[in-house]
Amino acid sequence: MSHAPFIWAAYSIGAVVLLWCAVAPLVHKKSITRDIRRLIQIEESSRDSNS
Amino acid sequence: MSAQVAGGSLSGAFFALLRRDLLLAFRRRTELLFPVIFLLVVISLFPLGIGPSPQLLARIAPGVIWIAALLATVISLDALFRSDFEDGSLEQFVISGHPLTLISLAKIVAHWLVAGLPIVLLSPLLALWMNLPTESLGVMILTLALGTPILSLIGSIGVGLTISLKRGGQLLSLLVFPLYVPILIIATAAVMAASDGLPYTQFLGLLLAGLITSVTLAPFAAAAALKISLS
Amino acid sequence: MNTKTAKIAKPRKNALVMFIHKMGSPPWFYNFTGKFIPWLWLIFGVLAAWGLYLGLVKGPADYLQGESVRIIYLHVPAAWMSMLIYSTMAVMAFIALVWRIRIVEILAMTSAPIGAAFTIVTLTAGSLWGRPTWGTYWVWDARLTSELVLLFLYLGVIGLYNAIDEPRKAARAACLLSLVGAVNLPIIHYSVKWWNTLHQGSSISLLGGSSIDASILWPMLIVAVAAKFFYAANLLTRARVKLLEQDMRKGWVRDVLKEKN
Repeated sequence: MSHAPFIWAAYSIGAVVLLWCAVAPLVHKKSITRDIRRLIQIEESSRDSNS
Repeated sequence: MSAQVAGGSLSGAFFALLRRDLLLAFRRRTELLFPVIFLLVVISLFPLGIGPSPQLLARIAPGVIWIAALLATVISLDALFRSDFEDGSLEQFVISGHPLTLISLAKIVAHWLVAGLPIVLLSPLLALWMNLPTESLGVMILTLALGTPILSLIGSIGVGLTISLKRGGQLLSLLVFPLYVPILIIATAAVMAASDGLPYTQFLGLLLAGLITSVTLAPFAAAAALKISLS
Repeated sequence: MNTKTAKIAKPRKNALVMFIHKMGSPPWFYNFTGKFIPWLWLIFGVLAAWGLYLGLVKGPADYLQGESVRIIYLHVPAAWMSMLIYSTMAVMAFIALVWRIRIVEILAMTSAPIGAAFTIVTLTAGSLWGRPTWGTYWVWDARLTSELVLLFLYLGVIGLYNAIDEPRKAARAACLLSLVGAVNLPIIHYSVKWWNTLHQGSSISLLGGSSIDASILWPMLIVAVAAKFFYAANLLTRARVKLLEQDMRKGWVRDVLKEKN
């Protein structure tokens, strides 16, 4: 039996899982910074309208 | 304060709580029966799913009975602290100044008497259904008698951690089943060894060691878990 | 921000104690780790490329296991990492529960998904190695079975952490669970190992029997070291994001974001 497909499959699944593991926090960070920016904007606009 | 409640009143509190829990459980008799009925139903599904061959059933009997016992324990575990958590009496226990470890231990003992002991008492019937060889029936009962208290003890930690969740029951099974793996392995190995006419006392010794260790450690962990959940 | 760190540093203490104190402060931790995360990724990349080149391109096939031995450079370092990360998580969980340091809580909890990822890699690589060697994808081999239980333990910690809404309470509960798991893990490991010999499981192990050839060992060790850098970089990245998320309404997060613009 040829072993190559199994080696390729093992390494590509490993790469996908670890890549996802590495990228997931970056994606999460992007959405969080967007939320924080929006929060700052809302606070600033409410402060402007108050003054 | 804790110095004043030392000695007699500590055990007094323990037994008072134990009696209260047993009384409450006895008042809700039908609920008490659910895990037992569950156990019977699950066991009866196996011959239906696998086929009635006596040899096959005898072969898988220890594993099937033990897995059913694990499942029945886990579905009854949620009741361990749930009602006391919801009506606020758990917080009252904490305020009372009695060590939470003692309170946890009393509730664990009550849980075993209500949910674990019936499994042990029912096991001859289950063994009969599963065609377990009569010479290993005694070992089966012994493993259940030694093992089900460990299930209640370890389970109490999981319940303490998930008690503040609305739907903690589903998560609870994920938390405790991996921890039950060694008990399942050792207990079924003991029964299988007895069926094959091999020595089995060492497995019972391991279960006893597990019971002693978990009695000394689990109430502390359960108390710590409850403290986190109540914070 | 500067005045805050100065206040903490006022009593004279040795450099290490001061460093630990500083790491406990979220803005300091955020800025400090941000500086060397790229370097950790770089070292990981170089070491992983080097180790895999030695193992996959230059290395020989094993005379017993054939080409499939090349999965070892992924499977074994991942298996080591899955266990190492669990024990680091448990140690950090202990520290977090005793001293209630928030950064350590976060580090312990962000370890869990990384550990779970390595466990998944171990399991898939192991079963893909098993197909050509044992003839089936899954054998209830002692190593694979205890990795599977380890995965369940990780999933329990992650599940509990995500189920509780209040972040500090969630972290403390999940930390306690990971400690309980750590106490049980050796028992689980040995009972599974013993269970396997009892039921006469598979005898060929991925790590071979007695001695491993140096041509296999060295690339494997290099990849294993690379995996540690992956863990460090990934852990710090995740912890920084978690800090941003938890401190969304605090001043230092605003300062950090403004600095970037």
